[in-house]
Amino acid sequence: MSDTQPQDPKGAIARFLAASPDSVGKTIFIAVAVCLVASMIVSAAAVSLRPVQEANKLKDKQVNVLQVAGVYEPGIDVTEAFAAFEPHVLDLATGEFVDDQFDPATFDDLAAASDPDLSVALDSDPAGIGRKAKYRVIYLLRDETGGLNKVILPLHGYGLWSTLYGFIALESNGNDIFGLQFYQHGETPGLGAEVDNPRWKALWNGKKLRDDAGDLQITVAKAQPAAGPDFYVDALAGATLTSVGVDNLVKFWMGDAGYGPFLAKLQAGEF
Amino acid sequence: MSQTRKELLVDPLVDNNPITLQVLGICSALAVTSSLQVAFVMALAVTFVTGFASMFISMLRNQIPGSIRIIVQMVIIASLVILVDQILKAYAFQISKTLSVFVGLIITNCIVMGRAEAFAMKNPPVASFIDGVGNGLGYGLILMLVGVIRELFGSGSLFGITILPTVNNGGWYVPNGLLLLPPSAFFVIGLLIWAFRTWKPNQVEEREYKIQQVEAH
Repeated sequence: MSDTQPQDPKGAIARFLAASPDSVGKTIFIAVAVCLVASMIVSAAAVSLRPVQEANKLKDKQVNVLQVAGVYEPGIDVTEAFAAFEPHVLDLATGEFVDDQFDPATFDDLAAASDPDLSVALDSDPAGIGRKAKYRVIYLLRDETGGLNKVILPLHGYGLWSTLYGFIALESNGNDIFGLQFYQHGETPGLGAEVDNPRWKALWNGKKLRDDAGDLQITVAKAQPAAGPDFYVDALAGATLTSVGVDNLVKFWMGDAGYGPFLAKLQAGEF
Repeated sequence: MSQTRKELLVDPLVDNNPITLQVLGICSALAVTSSLQVAFVMALAVTFVTGFASMFISMLRNQIPGSIRIIVQMVIIASLVILVDQILKAYAFQISKTLSVFVGLIITNCIVMGRAEAFAMKNPPVASFIDGVGNGLGYGLILMLVGVIRELFGSGSLFGITILPTVNNGGWYVPNGLLLLPPSAFFVIGLLIWAFRTWKPNQVEEREYKIQQVEAH
């Protein structure tokens, strides 16, 4: 119709707004429009904040590595201090580094644990983790002369409510514990969450993993086992199941299914 | 409008408190009150979400189709909650680690939904915003009260600062482990409701039935 004026767009919008919101057309329109706008806002926020979040996560992990190695002080330059640590990707089964296959800086061993190609299902699973990555990122700390000072190994396992993720720091002989620290868990505040208590963490310092016969003896328990005080960490009062979980996960990761082959090489002085 | 803006903001603190009078939002009040710092951030997050969710929903109130209004409200609330969660992860990483899933669960907090449905759908944006903030603050107030009791007697500290040195740290105070567990918040909130209703007897609900007095023959 050539003589009909095209509708004023403003008029169309005004009519649309004035229309009953319960008509089918408008219902669909509002649903689509609200979802579109909301999804744009959410994805814009997620994408624009991701670099900051990733940096936080990375820094948090680095701070924990520094803390467990005993070199963290409030206010230090985390990135600079962390540069002293040598990351390596370790093949758990052989105890060899496989840095040529994976980049230690970017390899995500926790993600690898759910990748069928990079992990194995566990038949015997005392730590309650289901699958075990074949490779883990570990850190070596060397002293000024290049000699090995400490080894930082990641470990995790189930406590009472949650999986505890942490690091254990061993002296260069691969048998003396320097420290143990969890960086993520959801245990009961005041009870199981006392795994974060500095006084309890200090108990680990100076303990030994294996006795002279080479048997894994380290134990978290309420009473001292026969092996003696060097292998015994007092369990947390009021947190029996968390303590059992920590006991299991330390035994698992320090045992043959975990870092056993690597620790044997370490003790032989291969690194 | 029957209520002034000041009333909209102040009423939910005591007279029409979402937790003690309406008994909404109890589940997150149980979960996040074992330490004050977490409770404080949670209160801020909920205040932000209720305020802005009410405002946006109120802006759209004449356009939202009745048949899908709850879904539209949820979409708006959920987007705001994700926004808060992302911002916390970026700028308050340690706190977001302790709050973990509870920020996400603001979506299911009945207070947000309740204000959207009961107030924002019928009132203009500014009033709705103030009403949302007021209810968020009312929720926050109870959270802080419960948090003070639980953290002080459960961990011997307030905002992480030691007040009563605990035996675990070489002090004398034997902390009450029950207060660290979620069920204890039921007792504390119950006592608070009792206290509030003793103070303001008009908050006491009418009995649904009375025991009948039968005269002996």
